[in-house]
Amino acid sequence: MRGRPLLYTSYQEDQSLLNTWTKKLMAALFLALLLIAPFGIVPGLGFLGDNDWVKLMSQVFIFAIGALGLNLLTGLAGQVSLGHSFFLGIGAYTAAWLGGEAGGALLGEGLPMWVWLPAAAVVPAIIGLIVGPTAVRVRGLYLAIVTLGLVIIGEYVFRNWKGLTGGSQSGRTHPEFQFKFWKEGTPLFDFGQDATIAGFQISSEVSTYMLMLGFAVAAVLVAKNIQRSRTGRAFQAIRDRDVAAEVMGVNEFKYKLLAFGLSSAFAGFAGALLASFVGRSIPERFDLFLAVQFIAMIIIGGAGTVSGTLMGAAFVLILPRVVRDLTDWGAAIVESGEGVLAWIGDLFIATSPDDFGLINTLPGVGPGLSVDQLNGVLFGLLIVLFLIFEPLGLYGIWLRIRNYWKGWPFTY
Amino acid sequence: MIPTVVLAQAGATNDFAEMVAEGLSLGSIYALLGMGLVIIFKATRVLNFAHGALTAAGAYLIAAFASIYDIPGRWIPGVAPWFSWTLSVILALIAAAFLGVLLERAFIRPMVGEEMFAVALVTLGVDIMLRGITNDFIGTDPRPLGDPFGTQILDLGWVTVAYSEVAQFFTAVVLVAGVALFFRSRTGIAMRATAFDQEAARAQGINVGRIFSIAWAIGAVLATVAGLFISIFPRRSAGVDTSTAFFVFRAFPVVIVGGLDSVVGAILGGFMIGFAESAAVSYLQFDFLGAGFGGIVPYIVMLIVLIVRPYGIFGTEEIRRV
Repeated sequence: MRGRPLLYTSYQEDQSLLNTWTKKLMAALFLALLLIAPFGIVPGLGFLGDNDWVKLMSQVFIFAIGALGLNLLTGLAGQVSLGHSFFLGIGAYTAAWLGGEAGGALLGEGLPMWVWLPAAAVVPAIIGLIVGPTAVRVRGLYLAIVTLGLVIIGEYVFRNWKGLTGGSQSGRTHPEFQFKFWKEGTPLFDFGQDATIAGFQISSEVSTYMLMLGFAVAAVLVAKNIQRSRTGRAFQAIRDRDVAAEVMGVNEFKYKLLAFGLSSAFAGFAGALLASFVGRSIPERFDLFLAVQFIAMIIIGGAGTVSGTLMGAAFVLILPRVVRDLTDWGAAIVESGEGVLAWIGDLFIATSPDDFGLINTLPGVGPGLSVDQLNGVLFGLLIVLFLIFEPLGLYGIWLRIRNYWKGWPFTY
Repeated sequence: MIPTVVLAQAGATNDFAEMVAEGLSLGSIYALLGMGLVIIFKATRVLNFAHGALTAAGAYLIAAFASIYDIPGRWIPGVAPWFSWTLSVILALIAAAFLGVLLERAFIRPMVGEEMFAVALVTLGVDIMLRGITNDFIGTDPRPLGDPFGTQILDLGWVTVAYSEVAQFFTAVVLVAGVALFFRSRTGIAMRATAFDQEAARAQGINVGRIFSIAWAIGAVLATVAGLFISIFPRRSAGVDTSTAFFVFRAFPVVIVGGLDSVVGAILGGFMIGFAESAAVSYLQFDFLGAGFGGIVPYIVMLIVLIVRPYGIFGTEEIRRV
């Protein structure tokens, strides 16, 4: 009987992080792939070594951290929140206050990263716990609108607290990724500079990528461990039916509050990383659209699952890039005007003002949608299509593919 | 002849009567938006996050029919401008109603029976999609709606209001009365039955699908009328632009304050929040409040109401079953 898949002889085995050999192997391979990808030496995926792809992937890791937080709240505890970007903003500005340049025009203490980064998780968590009780009192769709209010009130506060955020016009710079003991001049390690480690040339993009990957892996472990512990099961019980959960002895108020706090901590951490990664932010960065992006990530990925959330984050961030590349490629073919592909492409892509087409690649306004608008429409369409046709998201698709090959060539 | 004055700064006066007039004007827009949201919610159990996009799309339709393409005025020689504008608006309203029905058919109908959250998130996706397409049509510059009210001001001595605000208030009153009458009609009763219990309504021979379509058509028409009054003097005189849709986010607190499933609540909530916003803008002129305080007043009112009554003032308290 030993060694059979899905046969668990102990409770611990059942709840282990990676419960089969295949999962262990695949997780290890995937991690190894992510580790070597930015050097551009993976066959077939060499483009991942380009600087803009390294940057894009670093952003994927940052958004994945934030999405994992929303997944705890929405996917596990079932509380729909449109207010995630508010907590990202609080995290970003906490980090900016503590880690920002001291003595400048804007608030800043010049503290090192080991102070501002944890603080960027703790402060939003505390604020989440403060607004939590109001949010716990209201249910369902009322909660969605209350959290929508958080974003709108938050954006207003950020816009008007010019001493901290720099206001809408100029924004502010955020602390850089540097290891320091305290406020000394030369950092131990600066992720903003190219470095040589053990004889290897490492560009600043790659070292930042590695740092973000490290944080993302840590966040995955924390999220997964919360999910498989008593807390995670309590969240799911509340999601499935709150009254029944309370009958079973789950303290609904306590766990909903905890879900808010934890999700805000993840969000704040991601917000600080995102703002520092980009370097400069304006208050409008933390608007409703950012919150909707996170919701899209967990819907498209598959609400309630960690691996789905990661897939969703990657999908939502990489899609615009792919669409842009595809459009450019299509436009190039149409311009060359040869072959059947060019003829088909011409139907969809407008390359001159009097041309008809769904997409236009012209600068400025022309017929059809610009690439950015196309991305917006596609983004909305994907949310709708996934909700209608595949509520489990990419995770559900993956599950079906996996189950097909599990029994292959048998169909049962 | 009534003197016409152009206000240097609309809404910047401290006069109490001006405040009330502004409150009535804002309140009627909020009431129109709230009524649409509540009718859709009651009939179909969907919180429509796409209302903003519908509003902008409706306002664009009016701009397209009335000023960009001048339909049907271009085919009728010698017609008075106000008459051809009215015809255009009616055509735009019909088009908007079809748009509402189309959206419901394509994206909301497949979600019947799903969780409320999931459907609300679908409408969020529809909002992004429809806004993207509408913004492409609008382009970078605002599109004027070609309304006949212009910037004319009615000066009564103790208060000045724009012609458009008078028209807006009366339109709102007529539409509220129209909705009240509609709920007494045969279709309206069917809609109330559907709101009460969809399955039981079906068993009584009510075509629930048709009721859904009608509810979305009404919601879209009300959104379009609100979009019209948002996009003309004295609010956004330049016309409908890519930020028009965001105005509607200020109307969501209206339905929460009034209660998601109460039409009366939406109307009263709309005027309540309209007055609160107008009063806040007039009287709370402190430097530390900064710019754009009016925009968050609805949410502050909402939070205060929710602390006292988590289901809104007129909303039904959810019965929790084990």
